[in-house]
Amino acid sequence: MMYLLLFGEFFKTGLFAVGGGLATLPFLYDMCARHPDWFTAAQLADMVAVSESTPGPIGVNMATYVGFLTGGVPGAIVATLGLVCPSVIIILIVAAFLKSFRDNRFVNAAFYGLRPASTAMVASAGLSVVLLALLNTGAQGFALVNWKALALAAVLLILTRWVKPTKGLHPILFILASAVVGVVFQF
Amino acid sequence: MVMKDLLTLFLTFAKVGVMTFGGGYAMLPILQREVVENKGWATDEELTDYFAIGQCTPGVIAVNTATFIGRKQHGVVGGIVATLGVVFPSLLIMCALAGVIEAFSHLAWVQHAFAGIRVCVCVLIFNAVVKLWKSAVKDAWGVAIFLCVLALSVLTSLSPVLYVLAAALAGIAIKTLGGGKK
Repeated sequence: MMYLLLFGEFFKTGLFAVGGGLATLPFLYDMCARHPDWFTAAQLADMVAVSESTPGPIGVNMATYVGFLTGGVPGAIVATLGLVCPSVIIILIVAAFLKSFRDNRFVNAAFYGLRPASTAMVASAGLSVVLLALLNTGAQGFALVNWKALALAAVLLILTRWVKPTKGLHPILFILASAVVGVVFQF
Repeated sequence: MVMKDLLTLFLTFAKVGVMTFGGGYAMLPILQREVVENKGWATDEELTDYFAIGQCTPGVIAVNTATFIGRKQHGVVGGIVATLGVVFPSLLIMCALAGVIEAFSHLAWVQHAFAGIRVCVCVLIFNAVVKLWKSAVKDAWGVAIFLCVLALSVLTSLSPVLYVLAAALAGIAIKTLGGGKK
């Protein structure tokens, strides 16, 4: 029964997440809010890092990880199949009349509205990670902000966006460096 | 012969899956080498088309592209086999990793490491949002939709499905009434 529910949740994610990999994140947050016994928001944030640092498409990696947490290896398989099922069905249909789909006025108009919404949902999922990583929930005033974490975030932001020699580097390097900083400075 | 062709399809896409870090556009150069140059299953133009459609259909772009190419080679069965190939390495690797991580997650230094990693994830998601914004938000209507959905998803716990449906309808309404950048 749980596997059926898991398949259904990931089928929905695959059907409505537009724009690839991270676009599935808001659906996963929604999932852990409704099924608190499956996995936690903190595990979700770790999972993003693991999915970015391992081979394979991020969306598939996240589904497999979450599925594994929820129901072991069968859970991982069920979640992944649920995620890819709608894609396969839709693409097999679209491929039959490829040209007319791309040039369709309504399809283009729908995606004109969808893309900003999808961006906003990823931003909102990002905010949940910010709350988790940069703030000490429950604390007051000065202690509310995790200053060590904030300093690391500022350094990473500069290195990934503005410093020429480092900004093109693979995310896995920044993730590994952050893990080392976390251990050394006792985050 | 059909079995052998399907096996080749599966293995080729499994190889693409293993070599892709990050999905989406990171996959394009690898697909170009494996599918266009080595196998001759599609042209560069077709690949770009598949990617464009993969982006404007729901689901994981890597999976969408694999389904397209598999279908072109071997019909519906080919589409399914190529898709299973591209997700197969993820399944193996993530199951192994998730097991290891869960087994060690109670150790203090592992928790410190993940606390550091979460900070990095914030920055990576921020960068991804900036990149998405550049291709997604074209005009004032786009900004308005972005702000509405962001506010609603921070303040309420409505299902993301609702935002997707409402935003698609809003897009059609705006374009039908002649709004938005041409």
